[in-house]
Amino acid sequence: MSISLDRDLAFLDSVRLIADEVSAPNSDAVDRGARFPTESIEALRGERALSAGLPTELGGGGVSFEAIAGGCFELGRRCGSSAMVFAMHQIKVLTLARHLDGAPWFSEYLARVADEQRLVASVTTEIGTGGDMGRSIAAVTPGQNGTCTFEKKAPVVSYGAHADDLFVTLRRDPDSEASDQVIALAMRGQAELEPAGTWDPLGMRGTCSPGFVIRAVIAPEQVLPAPFSAVMSESMVPITHILWSHLWLGIATDAFDRARAFVRASAKQKPGETPPTAVRLSHLMSELSMLRSEVGSGLEAFVKASEEPSREWLSTMQAAIRFNNLKIAASDQAPRVCQSAMGVCGIVGFKNDTPYSVGRHLRDTMSASLMIANERIHQTNASLLLIAKDV
Amino acid sequence: MTDEIRQIIRDHARLAGDVDSLADDADLYQAGMTSHASVNVMLALEDHFDLEFPDRMLTRSVFESIDSIERALVELRSETAVQ
Repeated sequence: MSISLDRDLAFLDSVRLIADEVSAPNSDAVDRGARFPTESIEALRGERALSAGLPTELGGGGVSFEAIAGGCFELGRRCGSSAMVFAMHQIKVLTLARHLDGAPWFSEYLARVADEQRLVASVTTEIGTGGDMGRSIAAVTPGQNGTCTFEKKAPVVSYGAHADDLFVTLRRDPDSEASDQVIALAMRGQAELEPAGTWDPLGMRGTCSPGFVIRAVIAPEQVLPAPFSAVMSESMVPITHILWSHLWLGIATDAFDRARAFVRASAKQKPGETPPTAVRLSHLMSELSMLRSEVGSGLEAFVKASEEPSREWLSTMQAAIRFNNLKIAASDQAPRVCQSAMGVCGIVGFKNDTPYSVGRHLRDTMSASLMIANERIHQTNASLLLIAKDV
Repeated sequence: MTDEIRQIIRDHARLAGDVDSLADDADLYQAGMTSHASVNVMLALEDHFDLEFPDRMLTRSVFESIDSIERALVELRSETAVQ
């Protein structure tokens, strides 16, 4: 067995253990209290999972991207909020790790992420851009003594109050067009977060994502030199959609497992008879299979394209459409699976305190189509389909 | 050809500034062309020059400047001529 496969298996075993023994028992309290899943994230830190996917040269665990996606799935099965925090952190650090050319500050920064197990949050949406991450209002602004400053009004910052550092999209300078963007990394101590709004949502309650006004003073080298468009198309967009869809699949899989447990319990009560819910479970299985295969093939396409030296395919419209479709399909299908699971379990699935409860699963997955709104992605695809040839 | 491309940029790229003062190698995206506007530029180029960009050319780098668009058009025309 190769070293890398060994590493992947060990990582997945440790994440599964954390999911079962730490995330699962706390998931109801996290959900009810809309509180940060501190126990899960601390346990993941303890296993150095926050840097598991970073290269070993930077002090990371060197596990494969597939294993990180698997980790999101495993956590998703036990606590959607823990999985989302883990996934969003991984999206940021794995994206940075793929664009380190000419960015020594960022290499050193990622080594610190590994060493100190720093948690990175994302500040990509902004009030006034209508949810379009391809435009920014806040700009990197020259400050005193060669520093840079920025002030960004963010309508949501997931786990903003719990993160060590912030990954922020900004305009290149105060004179730049809205679409001329860069990525900056502000560390704790450099940024001030002024809370703006409350957090009492339907689902994904443990992500603790109220709005903030963020003011920061950073050094110029904390602005990533890599072209923003390449960072987005080659890494951030596909990695986001793949890791999100894996955790949604995890949540949907647990909803299915609960429905199956319910049907098995009914079957045991009347041996020799197939319970009527068994047929509904079969329908549910086929719904879940479609989700599983879309998520799996999206991952495969990304891994294959990333192995090419110049990652060319990832910059094509075909690729953009491919990963947009993964996002749309997975985010539509996951809540559908959870709702069907509730249909199988009936009232015991609807109640919040039974072994077959799937309310949290349904509520958590209902956030999926809103995180980068599906309608916006459809609009992008609609435009790309006018010009792309072989899709 | 450069003038024709420039006219299409003027009509479809929806740039904030003056297209005439834009250098041939200036970055159109930095000048404010959105992804959506770039699709309209591509469609207009296909229509005007009566050709189709293959998928491999539908990347940001091909449409990032008047120069790069011209290179792509020249390449496409020479390919068509060979066939």
